[in-house]
Amino acid sequence: MIHTAIGNIGHLFVILAFVTALVATFGYFKAVIPSTSPSDQVAWRRFARGTFFVHAGAVLAVVFCLYWIIGNHYFEYHYAWANTSLALSTEYLISSFWQNQEGSFLLWIFWNVILGLILIKTNRFWEAPVMAIFALVQAFLMSMVLGVVIPGIDLKIGSTPFLLLRESMPNLPVWKSNPDFIPKDGQGLNALLQNYWMVIHPPTLFLGFASTLIPFSFAMAGLWLKKSQEWIRPALPWSLVSALILGVGILMGGYWAYETLNFGGYWNWDPVENTSFVPWLILVAAIHTMIIGRKNATALKTSFILAIATFVLILYSTFMTRSGILGTASVHSFTDLGLSGQLLIYLLTFLVLSVGLLIYRWKTLPSDEEEVSSYSREFWIFIGATVLCLSGFQILATTSIPVYNSIAEAFGVVLNLALPVDQIAHFNKFQLWFFLIITILTGVGQYFWWKRTGKDKLHTLYTPLMITLIISAVIITVSQIKTLSYILLLTAAIFAVVANGTILFGIIRGNYRVSGGAVTHIGVALMLIGILFSSGYTRVVSLNNSGLMISRAEEFTANDNKENKENLTLWLNRPERMGNYMLTWRDVRIEPLKVPEYIPKSWVDIIEGDYRAVAQRDITVQDKTYYQKGDTLEIRPENFYYQIEYREPSGKVFTLYPRVQINPSMGGIVSSPDIQRKVDRDLYTYVSMVTNPTAETQWSATEEFTVAMQDTFFINDYVAILDNVVRTEQVDGVTLGANDAAVKAVIRILDKEQEFVVTPSFIIRDRAIGRKAEVNDALGLRIQFREIDPKTGQFTFAVNTTQRDFIVMKAIEKPFINVLWLGTFVLVIGFALAAFRRFRDFLKMRDKEDREGQVPTRKAPKLKPQQV
Amino acid sequence: MKKIQIFGLLIIAVAIGIIVSTAGDASTYVDFGKAQAMAADGDTKSIHVVGTLRKDAQGQILEMEYRPEVDPNYFAFTLVDNNNKAQRVVYKSAKPQDFDKSEQVVVIGRMENDHFAAEKILMKCPSKYENDKLEVIESKTAAL
Repeated sequence: MIHTAIGNIGHLFVILAFVTALVATFGYFKAVIPSTSPSDQVAWRRFARGTFFVHAGAVLAVVFCLYWIIGNHYFEYHYAWANTSLALSTEYLISSFWQNQEGSFLLWIFWNVILGLILIKTNRFWEAPVMAIFALVQAFLMSMVLGVVIPGIDLKIGSTPFLLLRESMPNLPVWKSNPDFIPKDGQGLNALLQNYWMVIHPPTLFLGFASTLIPFSFAMAGLWLKKSQEWIRPALPWSLVSALILGVGILMGGYWAYETLNFGGYWNWDPVENTSFVPWLILVAAIHTMIIGRKNATALKTSFILAIATFVLILYSTFMTRSGILGTASVHSFTDLGLSGQLLIYLLTFLVLSVGLLIYRWKTLPSDEEEVSSYSREFWIFIGATVLCLSGFQILATTSIPVYNSIAEAFGVVLNLALPVDQIAHFNKFQLWFFLIITILTGVGQYFWWKRTGKDKLHTLYTPLMITLIISAVIITVSQIKTLSYILLLTAAIFAVVANGTILFGIIRGNYRVSGGAVTHIGVALMLIGILFSSGYTRVVSLNNSGLMISRAEEFTANDNKENKENLTLWLNRPERMGNYMLTWRDVRIEPLKVPEYIPKSWVDIIEGDYRAVAQRDITVQDKTYYQKGDTLEIRPENFYYQIEYREPSGKVFTLYPRVQINPSMGGIVSSPDIQRKVDRDLYTYVSMVTNPTAETQWSATEEFTVAMQDTFFINDYVAILDNVVRTEQVDGVTLGANDAAVKAVIRILDKEQEFVVTPSFIIRDRAIGRKAEVNDALGLRIQFREIDPKTGQFTFAVNTTQRDFIVMKAIEKPFINVLWLGTFVLVIGFALAAFRRFRDFLKMRDKEDREGQVPTRKAPKLKPQQV
Repeated sequence: MKKIQIFGLLIIAVAIGIIVSTAGDASTYVDFGKAQAMAADGDTKSIHVVGTLRKDAQGQILEMEYRPEVDPNYFAFTLVDNNNKAQRVVYKSAKPQDFDKSEQVVVIGRMENDHFAAEKILMKCPSKYENDKLEVIESKTAAL
């Protein structure tokens, strides 16, 4: 039976949420405009608030309906069918919600609702203007999931997640024969996304996106109500929270890429990454100008521009990643849902509204009476914000190349511009210098801020400078850094750590609450040091130095490009030297759900098209038997782990399990690395090619050998020796009775560096002959004991050969990557400290105003930084 | 002139510098004919070429060579550009994993003698949805 009710209810709530968002916008708008009388303003505000509560309820109901469909496996719905399957565990059922565009819009809408409710709760004076903008944004976002076709002009607005399969794919022939057809199982979640980071990364990132709306709304409200300075106090803590969450969201994405994708890094300068990183940079710049905005009018004006730019850039990013404009330029953009027009209208509406309002109010904004001194702290912080913006501008200028093509196309010009060939080198070339300046400024700025370093007090900077030079000289010598730009960047980062560390040490004894800035800056500097070493000194360990490519020796000597030697072929059970390690590929393993370790694939028989397997033997791991032979066990059917043993020169052995997923919808195999984490470096290994573990083995035609004892013969170019034929009481998989007999041949086969013993058996059982063949995967051989000729004393063996199993792998070493993760934690703590402090300031001020019973019209008193 | 104005000019100068140098680093989309002409002129700049793969009736890619047992770092295939010009492409690295599935391929690199030496390969795989439809028609309806 098709459950149509839940989808209809969901769709109804979508429409309700859209309409209430529009009504709330209007209500809040009426509550702000001066033509409404003060008493009516209160009434309108109460009405709009009520409408927003209804909107919030409707949004929650929409989310609930979609989860109901997903959780109950209603595969008659396209969303459930396309993104989930029966085998999916709870956490991935949750994450499948934001798999497609519709769900990710809903996630964004959901966060906006939560943030909106918090703002209504915490703000008095600002509620109406801020929520007017919030509700308008909600209306635009709801329109993306509306899924309504306007009759007459056939205009489709939005794409609903509540489409039935028969509505989304009406052309399937099955609907004619069986309109109530429901698929038995869904398509499942893309295996790459079945990763715990993918459960928490998108919600974090979308909360980051959503929260950039808050500083934007306050800036707009400030312009609207001509409160050009007062908006900063409520907006600042939210800007810090936003920068924290957006930053963490972006880094989680990087970490997911590092752990799951196989491009060998955490940051690829991919357009999708860039378009979320640029708003973050601008937001951080905005935070800095907002901090000094109450003292400096230029900074105040800049704060407006940057708060607006942050949000508009988030919209731009949304447009880029969801409109299909990136095309082949990005590895992970969404598929085009035909929403590009709607997205463009959304972007342009807010661009025009905000820039228009800013221009309209520009003349009323204050300006500085006197020049800012180059020795003032405002000057240095402003420079820092400027460099952040330039850094963002550079990233944006390059990332927008596909957009230039589209714009030119709209004017009939064919540009054919493409992104730089080596994007990483292109961006690093600029960003290295920007961040070098930024890190130096974090130290200098803090000194000007806290130590009142000025024209006559520059000497306060000498001590940290001296310490820096000593530390960096030691590090540069020890780690033998020879590249000038790296030396400079390292020195700058160490200076930032030392200078901010000194400041931190000074203020933490007084009041730890104000230490957010210094802590955050130390985090950034540590991250840069981590990035410098882990990226600048990445080393490919898997350089191919086996003699295999002799056939193409000329090409290898002609081209010194190391890229062509970075992959290594490993044959099953055959050790190969790689750098300092001796590598052996031992086995293919699978992942049972209820056994704590991966188990060899040969222990089970995987049921095709299912998520279960049948045990071929007792499954015993760490002395505990989990399954008996013949039991059925649940496994992750797409995942195969390649057990690679690393032997260090010291004789120490460790094992890595890079993963390969057999995923037909992704084009065959998808591999993910396994990482050996040491304190000072990561060893990163992934396989780039395998012989398909699910494919049937293809055996060659049978070849027969008739040999006598101790004879030497050649099987598939290996030397084989028939050592012995002995009577045996035990043959695997065969029960021998009292009158039965079995012999096994002992054949020694010599490979390059090791020898194997193969023992096929010959069984006489109930007067019938049984021949138990033996397969050796490492050699790609199957040997069957065919005949015993008692007269001649000769034995006949049937041999089939197959392609020996191999994998192609790559290993990379990333030094000091942990410094990057450490820096990230420090950064998060710093932002949290700063946000907490600014939120306290806001609450204190708000309550004071409440007591005085007035709106904040007078100039807010400046908080003087504490003297150390 | 006020300090703020000098500062503004400086920023504009840096911004222009960024744009100019971005334009210098940007690559272009060309066809194989143009790529050959560029190589003949001694222009070694890397360029993008968009093309499709030759496939047989079963969807198997034709003229593709990858033998990891001999050399895991040598992958060659034939790409047909938008002007129907076929060109041998050599990629000195492991074969990209989703290559078999891809329809449109972008190769980035330059012409070297008789072949196009690719530094990077971008693949455009068929959209997930179109693909889903096919699978449903083949497997699901057959099971009914």
